[in-house]
Amino acid sequence: MAELKTEAPGVDAGLARQLLAQMMLIRRFEEKAAENYALGKIGGFLHLYIGEEAVAAGATSALRPGDYAISAYREHGHCLAKGSDPRRMMAELFGRRDGLCHGKGGSMHLFDKSTNFLGGHAIVGAHLPLAAGVAFAIKYRGGDEVILCYFGDGAVAQGEFHEAMNLAALWKLPVVYLCENNRYAMGTSVERALAQTEIWRFAQTYGVPGEAVDGMDVLAVREVVGRAVDRTRRERAPTLIEARTYRFRGHSMRDPAGAIYRTKEEVEHEKQRDPILLFRTRSREEGWLTEADVKAIEKDVNDLIDEAVAFADASPEPPLEWLLTDIYKES
Amino acid sequence: MAVMTYREALNLALREEMQRDPRVFVIGEEVGLYEGAYKVTQGLLKEFGPTRVVDTPICESGFTGVGIGAAMVGLRPVVEMMTFNFAILALDQIINSAAKMYYMSGGQFNIPIVIRGPGGPAHQLAAQHSQSMESYFCHVPGLKVVRPTTPADAKGLLKSAIRDDNPVVFIEAETLYPIKDEVPDDPDFTIPLGRAIVRREGRDVTVVAYRGMMYRAIEVAAELEKEGLSVELVDPRTLRPMDTETIIGSVRKTHRAVVVEAGAGFAGMGSEIAAFITEQAFDDLDAPVERVTGANAPMPYARNLERAKTPSNERIADAIRKVCDANGG
Repeated sequence: MAELKTEAPGVDAGLARQLLAQMMLIRRFEEKAAENYALGKIGGFLHLYIGEEAVAAGATSALRPGDYAISAYREHGHCLAKGSDPRRMMAELFGRRDGLCHGKGGSMHLFDKSTNFLGGHAIVGAHLPLAAGVAFAIKYRGGDEVILCYFGDGAVAQGEFHEAMNLAALWKLPVVYLCENNRYAMGTSVERALAQTEIWRFAQTYGVPGEAVDGMDVLAVREVVGRAVDRTRRERAPTLIEARTYRFRGHSMRDPAGAIYRTKEEVEHEKQRDPILLFRTRSREEGWLTEADVKAIEKDVNDLIDEAVAFADASPEPPLEWLLTDIYKES
Repeated sequence: MAVMTYREALNLALREEMQRDPRVFVIGEEVGLYEGAYKVTQGLLKEFGPTRVVDTPICESGFTGVGIGAAMVGLRPVVEMMTFNFAILALDQIINSAAKMYYMSGGQFNIPIVIRGPGGPAHQLAAQHSQSMESYFCHVPGLKVVRPTTPADAKGLLKSAIRDDNPVVFIEAETLYPIKDEVPDDPDFTIPLGRAIVRREGRDVTVVAYRGMMYRAIEVAAELEKEGLSVELVDPRTLRPMDTETIIGSVRKTHRAVVVEAGAGFAGMGSEIAAFITEQAFDDLDAPVERVTGANAPMPYARNLERAKTPSNERIADAIRKVCDANGG
């Protein structure tokens, strides 16, 4: 198994437990979502985050609760990490009344005002200017929050990536752009999509700090994003981070194997760097967690997600009259 | 009452709302230092500074997205499109982000934003700078769409749009910017969105028109008065939500209706207005609803062709005579 080399000053049992539990919670949520998709309880497009958990867990651990996060359509992990109730998230995937968005958003449009999670946006690249706008508002009001904007490598070819980077750099906006480079935009590899495949280098073009990080190493992500968040907060200027990660499943449930555009060998090879297994191993080696600790976390996580599925299943469908509510806000 | 131009009325509305509410800011191309491509934002940079009057590079999708993001967390942006034709570059942000956020989030994130600028026919600006785009936006649940005709409407409706908690597409008219008329001085003067106005009372036929077409209809109505035809003119002012009640009320009185729009007719505003009149007042009609629309062609450059593209007074008058000659009674 590959190793994790990041120095880990300041990591203790509490933090290790938090990060591992977070990643395992996301993994379990996604596995159960897949199961319930197969059962027909979840419909539409379902994009799983399995394999990429270290990015959401590591990055979110560097944020303050008042900071904002925004994402694209593979966002269950980001939403969970920001603190949303898994029961209400699962109910949203089920299209039920008690879902985060009352069943109107679904898997691709999770929003949670209570945790400052700003969605859930499913037109590739479109939420990058929104993140710049949130950062604009923070600066306008003189706040010290930052916004963390997750996006995939697919968004980098969009004009809006470049428009948003330019505006955020030009106006010195407190936004951390975090590209989760899982190497495939649906079935198109970065090599087939980008003239510059080292995505972090676009930071140089826009004159802002940029850095690449091993997205399979939760501590490395925490460190790099933490540094970026501190600088962005202090200097009120953007940062671009490229987290190199890999999705173990297909693009969506309609591409379950993800096998046409990448080899089985490649997938198996990448699975050797499963971020959860890597961190479990390291936590034991460093003496942060015992095997019994890990088992206990696993049980807690499984219970939480079982409860989430039961909650979603028990939640009624939204009443029909909700079809026509939430279209216009009454002043 | 003060007499001012449509342009000055818009400028005053922006100034008053920015004075009233520190969350209101203006963003767009050339709105600050240049004082607006059409001078609607004249003087605002000087009065409110660069934090609230924000010049952008040319990136409609980008700066519209910035406005929407800022609105998600409580600011109230007024995004200027130098012309509405450029809003096509921001259609995804307007439709997929602004219009749907409140719904997709189950009522958590409303987007109080105004997207404003001139649109429709002007003077020899050719195909890419002269489109009547209101029907594009009217098709989208979650958007409100306003087309002000007079300086007073421009002021009162823009103020309401800024105070509204939803995304409002506010399409002005380049040809109307210099038009002068009386405008109430009261800084609390507003005109509610979704309320039509009867601009001229009449007995024989209802003409529904807005913006530049309303001015033509006013001239035509005066001409036809000499022929003994009494024309009622209804201006919806807000196209979505549309005040169908006022329009239907007028049709029930006159029993005849003509709808005028500058846009190409197919699947246009006139289609929608004719449809709801037919659905809701069929038994009151003495003649089929007549539409007078722009030709189904892009806007040409040549002056004579351009003139032929938009409804003329003659075509409006002919349509009115036609429905009045029909006798279904």
